[in-house]
This record gives sequence, C-alpha cells and structure tokens, in this order.
Amino acid sequence: MFFLIGCLFTCIMLKANTIEVCSSCTIKSIKEGVSKSSDFDTLLIKKGTYKEFNIIIDKPLTVIGKSFPVVDGEDQGEIITIISDYVTIDGLFIINVGTSYTTDYAAIRVVRSKHFLIQNVVLEKLFFGIYLEKASEGKVFHNNIIGDAVEEFNSGNGIQLWHCKNVIVSQNIVQHVRDGIYLEFSDDIVIKNNISSNNVRYGLHFMFSNNDEYVNNTFDNNGSGVAVMFSKKIKMHNNTFKKNWGSSSFGLLLKEINDAEIIGNTFEENTTGISIEGSNRVRYEKNDLINNGWAIKVRGACYTNTFVNNNFLYNSFDISYNSKLNDNEFKNNYWSSYTGYDLDKNGIGDVPYRPVKLFSYIVNRTPETIVLLRSLFMDIIDFSEKVSPVFTPDNLTDANPLMRKFQ
Amino acid sequence: MIEINNLHKKFGKNQVLSGVNLTIKKGGIYAVLGPNGSGKTTLIKSVLGMIIPNKGTIEVLGENIKNKSVYRNEINYLPQIATFPGNLKVKELIKMIRDLRQKACGEQLLIELFSLEPFLEKKLSTLSGGTKQKVNIVLTFMFDSPIIILDEPTTGLDPGSLIRLKKLIQKEKQNGKTILITSHIMQFVEEVSDEIIYLLEGEIYFKGTKEELQNNTMQTNFEHAIAEITTYRTDV
Amino acid sequence: MFKILKYSFFDLIRSRWSYVYFLFYLALGFVLLFLNNDLSKAVITLMNVIIVLVPLIGTIFGVMYFYNSKEFTELLLAQPLKRSSIFLGQYLGVAGSLTMSLVFGLGIPFVLYGLFKSDAIWNFSLLLVTGTFLTLIFTALAFNIALAHENKIKGFGFAVLLWLFLAVIYDGLFLLSLIVFEEYPLDTFSLVATMFNPIDLSRTLILLKLDISALLGYTGAIFKQFFGTNYGLILSLVMLLLWTIFPIFSLIFKAKRKDF
Repeated sequence: MFFLIGCLFTCIMLKANTIEVCSSCTIKSIKEGVSKSSDFDTLLIKKGTYKEFNIIIDKPLTVIGKSFPVVDGEDQGEIITIISDYVTIDGLFIINVGTSYTTDYAAIRVVRSKHFLIQNVVLEKLFFGIYLEKASEGKVFHNNIIGDAVEEFNSGNGIQLWHCKNVIVSQNIVQHVRDGIYLEFSDDIVIKNNISSNNVRYGLHFMFSNNDEYVNNTFDNNGSGVAVMFSKKIKMHNNTFKKNWGSSSFGLLLKEINDAEIIGNTFEENTTGISIEGSNRVRYEKNDLINNGWAIKVRGACYTNTFVNNNFLYNSFDISYNSKLNDNEFKNNYWSSYTGYDLDKNGIGDVPYRPVKLFSYIVNRTPETIVLLRSLFMDIIDFSEKVSPVFTPDNLTDANPLMRKFQ
Repeated sequence: MIEINNLHKKFGKNQVLSGVNLTIKKGGIYAVLGPNGSGKTTLIKSVLGMIIPNKGTIEVLGENIKNKSVYRNEINYLPQIATFPGNLKVKELIKMIRDLRQKACGEQLLIELFSLEPFLEKKLSTLSGGTKQKVNIVLTFMFDSPIIILDEPTTGLDPGSLIRLKKLIQKEKQNGKTILITSHIMQFVEEVSDEIIYLLEGEIYFKGTKEELQNNTMQTNFEHAIAEITTYRTDV
Repeated sequence: MFKILKYSFFDLIRSRWSYVYFLFYLALGFVLLFLNNDLSKAVITLMNVIIVLVPLIGTIFGVMYFYNSKEFTELLLAQPLKRSSIFLGQYLGVAGSLTMSLVFGLGIPFVLYGLFKSDAIWNFSLLLVTGTFLTLIFTALAFNIALAHENKIKGFGFAVLLWLFLAVIYDGLFLLSLIVFEEYPLDTFSLVATMFNPIDLSRTLILLKLDISALLGYTGAIFKQFFGTNYGLILSLVMLLLWTIFPIFSLIFKAKRKDF
C-alpha cells in the first residue's frame, strides 16, 4: 500500500514540469502560466513586474517567485485566489490590492482548499492580506505583511482565517493593518513566532474559535494587543504583549472565554495588561506583568479563575474589580508593592496581600482622579480600606504572597 | 552727622515714636535717656536701618539712609543683648565680622585690654554673659568709624572692665568720634556724656548739656535731675 | 550675598542637624536597598517617600534655622550689608546644605549599589531633581512664614500646617471636588489644581515617568496632550521653577519691610 502511494507520488513528480514566466519568455503572464500548466507543475515566476489581478489557481500548482517578482494588482480587486488543494505560493511581492466597502479583496485568498502552503510572500499596499476561507491542513509561513491602515472602517486584516481547521501560522510579520491576525469560527489553529505590531485594531483577534493555541508571538504597539472573544480552550503561552496604550487599550482582552490557559506571557507597559469579562476556569500562571497601568482589570462575571506564580511588577494598579464579589483565587504570586515580612524565612510573606486598592475603585468611578495617583492622601485612604474593606471584595487576597520574584 | 526729621514708628497699635526731630553734630558723647518703653532702642535701631520708620527721614553723614546699607560702614554698633551664633568660636566671629566689613581693624589691642585671649578658641555658646559683653565691645570698637552707637554697654561688666570701657569711650571721643549711648546707670551717663537727649512717650522731651539740665531742674544731683525732668517743662 | 551664604552654609555644616539629615537619608537609602535589593524598586519607593518627606524637612528646618539664627541675623543687620543679600544668603545656605544632605545621603548608597550600571539612573536623577526643587520651595515658604511671625511656636505651627495642607489636605479636597462634580468635564480643572500645589507638581513629574501607561487610560483630550507629549513635563518644570522663584521674591520683599 505504502509502496503504491509512494510510486503514485513519484510518478506524478516525474510527470511534473517547470514552466517559466517572464517578460521575455513564451509565457508572459501568471494567468497564462496557470492556464497552460497541468496538475502538480511548478510555475517559476522570474524577476519583473506583472500587472495582473483575479489570478485563479484551480489546480495543484507550485508558484515560486525568483528574486521577488512584483505582482501589481493596480487596485483593481483580488489578486490570487486558490480554489484547489496542494497549492504552494512562494516568494512573491504582491502590491496594490483593491479596496472596497462591499467585497473583502485579498492579496491571496484560499477557498475550501487543503494542504496549501503560503510562504516568503511580501505584501504591501493591501486591503486584506492572506484570507483563508473554509481552508484546512495548511500553513502560512514566514510572510511579511506591511499595510498602511489608518482607520478601522476602510482597512482589512493581515491574515484572516474564517471557518478554518488545522492551520499553522508561523514566523510572519504583520504590521499597519486592521487586525494583524484574525480568526473566526476556526478550530485547532496554531499561531506561533509571529510579530504583530502597529496595527490599528488588534494584534490578534479570536471570535468563536476553539482549541487554538498561540505561542511565542510578540504583540507590540497595536490599538490593543490580543482580543479573545467567545472562544473555548485557547492556550496562550510565552507571548509578549507590549505598549498597548490608549483609553480602552489592553494587552489581552478575554470576553466570554472558558477553560483557557495563559502561561508564561509577558505583559509590559500596557494601559491595561489583561482585561477580563465573563471568563471562567482560566488558569493564569507564571506570567510577568510589568509597568502596566492596570495589570488585571476584572469587569465582572468571572468565576473560578486561578492566578498562581505570576509576577506583578511596578504596575500602577495590580488588580481592579468593579464589584464586591470575588470567586477567583490568587496564590503564590509575587507583588512588587507587597510590604509584608517573612519571619519564618520560607519565602512566603506572613501577611496576606490585598491587590485591590480603594483608589482603583475611585478611578473607575471618576477617571480624572487618576492625577492623584501616589498622593499621600490616597495612601492613607487605601490603608484604611486595607484595614477594613468597605468598597473592595474583602476575600480578595493573596494569602501566600511570594517574597521573591518567581523565576 | 545725624539728622532725624519727624520720625514716626508704630508697632501694631503701639505708637513708639511720634515725630522725633533730632540733630547730632560731629564729636561728643550723647546719652539717650528715657523711661522703659520710651523708644530709645527703636530710635537707635532706626538710625541703623534695622527698623523701618512709618514716616520721617533719617540722614547719616548727609545721606538719606532709606534702603541703603553702605553707610553702616561708618557706624560701630553695640547691641543691647549680646547674642551671637552659638556654634562659632570667638576668633571665628571676629574674623567673620572683619571679613564682612573689609576695613582696617585693631582687635588685638582690645583683646589684650579685656584679657580675652583664653577665650578665643571657645565657642560663643559656652561663654558667660560678661565675657560675651566683652566680645561685643571688642567687635564694636575694633573698627575706626566716625559714629559709635552703644546700647546699654555696661550690662554684665565687672568694675575693672567698666573702667576700661570708660577709658575707651573717652579715647574715641578725643579722636573726634560721635558717640551715642543709652544706659540706665545714671552714674555712668553722668560720667561720660556731654549732652543728654531725653525721650518721653515717643518724643524728645529734653535736649541739652548736663549743666542745662541741672539748671533747668534746679537739682544739683544728676540722678535727681533726671528724675525731676518730667516735672519741669523746658524749651528744647 | 556669597559671603553670607558661605557663613550660613559653614554654620550649618557644623551644626548637628545637617548631619542628622545626612545620616537619615543615608540610612533610608541603605535600608531600602537592603530590603528590596533592587534599585528600580527602591527608587520607586523613595519617590513616594521623597515627595512627602522633603517638604516636611525643608519646612521644619527652614523655620528652625530662621529662629535659631536670629542673633546672627541681627549681628549682620548692623553691618554694611544689604538686607536682600543677608536673607538670600541665609536661605541659600539652608537650602543648599539640605540639598547636599539629600543628594549625598541618597547618592552614596545608590552609587555603591551600582547605580551607574543600572537603568534606574534616569528615575534616580528625576528623584534628585524633584527633591531639590521641593527643598528650595519649602525652605523659601518656611522663611516667609518665619519672617511673618515673631512668635516661634506660632511660626512652627503655621509651617507644619502648611506642610500638612499641601501634602494631605489639599489632595483630599481635590479628590472631594472631583467626586462631587464628576458629571462635569474635569480634566482642565484637575490639571490646574495640580499646578497650584508644588507637591502635586512633583508627583506629576514622577507619574509621567512611572505611570504613563495608566495615565493614558483616560480619554480626555487635554489629558492626552498633557501626559502624552512633552508638554506635561515642560509645563510642570516651569511651574516648579515659578514656585521656587515666587516665594524667594516674596521673602526679599518681606525682609525689606521687617523691623528687627
């Protein structure tokens, strides 16, 4: 059986031809190349500029650009649409995707296909970048997407997955688009080692997607870092969320998220590090939350979440709650503003730490009071609230705070 | 030398000086007398510019002193209460004042005169009242200035030092200095002063020589003459 | 003036109190570094302490020095010296020796713990700049109070009250008014209110450095302009400078009119 399949593949490979496309070749355009090729052929696009759009790849093909040939869509519409399985796109420089308010034109769109590979592609002046539609078992690898988005309403997403399954998105650089990477109804997706920065809305955006994981990505200076909404069982490991500054800006937003894991991430200099709303059974472990305005903002309806072994370092506010109820557990975290002592020298503070300050409650109510941050008066009322909590949840404590940073 | 015109000073509701007119000519010793609270110290401090009058002008050496400071170089002043920065040594204090005035200075003779050598290395806070007064006197007389103002110079002095002080005053008078003294010790005033200025309720009640005073009051005893001064109105 | 400054300064350098303050800052620096073992954390803790403590020390020490050096002042007044130079000299002597206690007292432990190799150096410089400004401002305010009150106890009382007002009560009233009028746009008001209190101004400088992420969480355009650009930093520094100059002028003005 294996032999048979092996033979079949070899036979096909033997049959496969390489077709060259260039201005001085017999085949002068990509479209022509596609139509003149047979299944499993390789189209070798040589250096040059190809003013083409609506290139439809309807058979298993490998399209390879040599020294980054430019495919210029001249703002006419979509540029490459893949509607066949086993298609590889490699090494193209695609520019000028048409912008439309009614159709989501993309530089490369994959529709209902499997086993695709899109790699080493550079996209500029785009609307949508790589758009995967009901595609599966594919890979988007090492692409560079640089948009020029300014406003949300007339810009598209860098990499978009819609109703996809088993796709790997890795080592891409996405910047200046609306959402760097966007997932909707997509399950079992792995997103790793990407850098998503300077995007207008989110670095990464999940909607109704389950069992996905994103690992080792960097989200820097986006409108907001990552928004995970209405999704289940998402693993978020070792990512960096940085410099998401602005009034409603955050490193990570969880909205209606259940059973997720957030482990080993770094949240640095965000207005809000993690903002959570209606999220249950989420595990937060070994994360570093550094220099954020609010390290964690809990907006309500969050139950049985656990926060263990995290480092809360120099945040203006560690935790803010908008209600008096707490059903989440905080233990063995390191809090840089902890002032307790450790007489028995077991590395755990002898006095519980109260991460919610009265002042954060006041700022939630009257935002202008933020200018009174670090005032002695605030310290005094925070202290009195600490002694007898009236406005903040009284069971919200870390009973075993660490004395040293968790390594 | 000193010309005071229509000088008024009020502290809160308390009118201390009300229209003082006074001319002090060059040379001689003038004693400013008067009961407690009559404005003696206020008058002296006004001349020194330490108190700012409400009204009136003061001229020293022909110059209006308002907002001026350089004229004080021509005045040596001995304050009533000898208080000095406590953590300075006597020697350092003398050096400091010398440094501040930048003027020829004869402190060595005076230090010897009042036998202050053993105290030179001591801190001022450790000195007795009398010794402090001696230091005070040294600081006052060590410069050669045409005007000398002494506010209660005899306070706390032992008899020997008092005699030396009197000699010092006489010597300065012979050098042509103008000297202004206030004192409660009538014997001292009688001994040293040439002219008496008597202040009462913020005004000059009497100004004249000792003889004029005695003639006017018809008292032979100086102390009695002073005591009687208020009962006989004299034309000043 | 420089002669007076020299003598005041040396007088203070010799006095116990300068050493007490110097040793106090030294101890504070070492204890914080020992407890935290982390330069940036120690600097942050110090910032919180400094903006309250330095004004208190400046006020108390200023008033105390003024009353204690009354004799010295009177001695100087009889000398051919300008009043402005006498008082300015004394003021600068006090403020200078306090600033030196602060800079060396905190500087030595931090340098020993490797400040120059750490990235906390900018925060630390900001700390010293704010500390110096606060010393200059509060010593000048203290001199003003002492000049206005012959009675020592009264002077001390007013000085401590001034500190208490600016360090605590002002912010309390500030907060109260923000909460009472929360329905109105308050960003201009809150920034202006900050300008009128030197402690709040210094706090703002520190916020700009440490809490910029939180400050940008507020939507108001004026806030954004103030905190999001260099505008806030420059305006705060200019206001601190005005806060320094104004009491010094008032000090000279008052001194010229006072009787001794």
